[in-house]
Amino acid sequence: MNLSYLFDAAHWDLGASGSIPQLLLSHLWYVILALAIGTVIALPVGLYIGHTGRGSFIAINAGNAGRSLPTLGLLMLMVTLLGLGLLPVLIALTVLVIPPILTSAYAGLRSLDPQVVDAARGVGMRPWQVLTRVELPMALPVLMSGFRSATLQVVATATVAAAVGLGGLGRLLIDGLAVNDYSRVLAGAIVVAVLAVLLDLVLAFAQRWIVSPGLRVSR
Amino acid sequence: MITYLSNNSETVLAALRQHIWLALLPVLLGFAIALPIGYLGVRFPRFYHPLVNVAGVLYSIPSLALFVFLPVVLGTKILSPINIVVALTIYTVALLARTVADGLRSVDRLITESATAMGYRRFRRLIDVELPVALPVILAGLRVATVANISLVSVGALIGVGGLGQLFTRGFQLFYLEPILVGVILSVLLAGVADLAIVLIQRAVTPWTRFQGGRA
Amino acid sequence: MITFDDVVKVYPGGGTAVDHVSLEVPTGKTTVFVGPSGCGKTTSLRMINRMISPTSGRVLIDGEDVAGQDEALLRRGIGYVIQHAGLFPHRTVLDNVATVPVLLGKTRREARAAALGLLERVGLAPEFAQRYPAQLSGGQQQRVGVARALAADPPIMLMDEPFSAVDPVVREGLHREFLRLQKDLGKTIAMVTHDIDEAIKLGDLVVIFRQGGIVAQIGTPQELLSDPADEFVAEFVGRDRGLRSLSFDTAAELPVKPVPAELVVDEAGRPLGWRTGADDVRPTGGTFTSADTLRLVADLAILSPVGIAVRVDADGKADGITPHHDLADYLAARRG
Repeated sequence: MNLSYLFDAAHWDLGASGSIPQLLLSHLWYVILALAIGTVIALPVGLYIGHTGRGSFIAINAGNAGRSLPTLGLLMLMVTLLGLGLLPVLIALTVLVIPPILTSAYAGLRSLDPQVVDAARGVGMRPWQVLTRVELPMALPVLMSGFRSATLQVVATATVAAAVGLGGLGRLLIDGLAVNDYSRVLAGAIVVAVLAVLLDLVLAFAQRWIVSPGLRVSR
Repeated sequence: MITYLSNNSETVLAALRQHIWLALLPVLLGFAIALPIGYLGVRFPRFYHPLVNVAGVLYSIPSLALFVFLPVVLGTKILSPINIVVALTIYTVALLARTVADGLRSVDRLITESATAMGYRRFRRLIDVELPVALPVILAGLRVATVANISLVSVGALIGVGGLGQLFTRGFQLFYLEPILVGVILSVLLAGVADLAIVLIQRAVTPWTRFQGGRA
Repeated sequence: MITFDDVVKVYPGGGTAVDHVSLEVPTGKTTVFVGPSGCGKTTSLRMINRMISPTSGRVLIDGEDVAGQDEALLRRGIGYVIQHAGLFPHRTVLDNVATVPVLLGKTRREARAAALGLLERVGLAPEFAQRYPAQLSGGQQQRVGVARALAADPPIMLMDEPFSAVDPVVREGLHREFLRLQKDLGKTIAMVTHDIDEAIKLGDLVVIFRQGGIVAQIGTPQELLSDPADEFVAEFVGRDRGLRSLSFDTAAELPVKPVPAELVVDEAGRPLGWRTGADDVRPTGGTFTSADTLRLVADLAILSPVGIAVRVDADGKADGITPHHDLADYLAARRG
């Protein structure tokens, strides 16, 4: 086991198919697509449940139900049903992304001091204004932590896409394993972990940027 | 699906059995290791942030990579179940060490102080007061770790040891839906049962939490 | 007796919390530490059971330096009550109260039996025994806190703002219970509060702290009210301290005048009112006995339609009157 694969300049050629940058980009592409689709689905639902309190049961259990789905099984199931391609991979990854975002949107709204929400109504805000001007900004810290854990999970799990013949950093793991090239496997693992940490840092930075400093003190 | 099950009951049961112990043994090991580590993160506050960061990085290592690597590091055979157990134990520790630390940190300072003022020494205070009060948080973490482990075991099938995951790879190779479906359903059911079991245990051992809703 | 011998507490970078404090907390009495926030009163209290160690100086209990004693054993022998009670949420009320006896080696069974008796003592019905703290009101939690501190029958009790987290009506009730209990038990109590009225009401001895951990004055409530050491103490005990100091003297020696014809009485001699016109009788506004305080007499004289307080005997029969100028003369003469 050594780092020779990772530090071989030939593997960093952006033009070459199967090079680390190319795999990294396709990996990132799956991650971003899954996060985007998952957020579009989960955020409104989570906010609705949190705002109205209706359907709390779904929100509370979505987290654990989603975690209990084996991604590899789901992925292979989708590929068997829909054939090879980006779609089955995206479905499997999106299913992974939805629960943490939904649950944290719900938990973020529920954790708010009811007096503050009451005060917002008291000064004459309409329900939509209460949600967008008071509840959402105040729930952001919890919401962002859910989004960050969704990101960490999907970055690590997107490697499984390689098991059904797609690209992404999982190629380094699967192909390396197939030819007993542990240096390649190590390169894949390191790049995935670094990617996860970097994305988390970016999100942590974004969180500092968008969360009101007034909320930072108590957290 | 019924036909598949009746024709392959031996295989499915063997896969389920393997899945159960591959998932649950790491939960027990991980919990036992995470308790002292999490405690250190509270006892020595300067360890807390490193602990959270290291746990985060460990958790972001893809499971497949860890499964593949451990044989090289441990000198085990690639097909040895020990690799899966060790890998999942690492994830469990990464998840639970932080939960234990957060749970202990969430104990109201008034409570620990009044325990000290009544003459508790540090160790007994931990066992008698802090751990029980932190238990709801810790058990919530245990639920997450257990369910996550049960779904992660199947990734091991890519290296040949994966409990119900072997049904996925087999079905995938043969382009045959039934085994995959059976594997997914059993895996989800297993997770649900394990989750429910922990919830029931939690109800039994933390009866006071039922009354804490209305408190400011 | 608890003795503070030239005690200093300096926090690294945080300034002086307690500045050369020497005082005595007498055995069997309630001593209240009072002062504005940041005056070192809580720090001082917590040095008694070694929750905080002094930077220099000594704290002694019955002549023995606490610094030389085993922390945990020392604390098991000292009752401790804090704001919000600090009850253990995972234990029933009964097991909360049984905590220290169990630590001291009693069996759970013995400790629980004793705890049940203590609950009654602090005014909680036995059905509360099996509840959890979260099921109690703030006032009930505070009673459990007191019962828990009393459980091992410690000679010393430390109380840190024990009644400040409950509403005024409940606090009033807890004060009464406290005074009743302390009359029975005669513990050596050191209590911290920021409320001077509470200090005056509950304390046998009051220690007033000022900013920077300096003791401004030590004295009985009466001494503080009638003879404040300086501006700070005078300001702190409040503007109406003259009137309040009258609460500490009875009307036993107050001279009275004979009952005049204008006071209408019934056949048993009980006052009905003052005749202020041909057929106009106004209520007296209340009466006092010689056991009542001078403050009540002053109050009655002010409230009376004719400026006169009416004294009655044990049967309620009017036996004398005190016009307000007589009261003023009496107070002036007493001071001179």
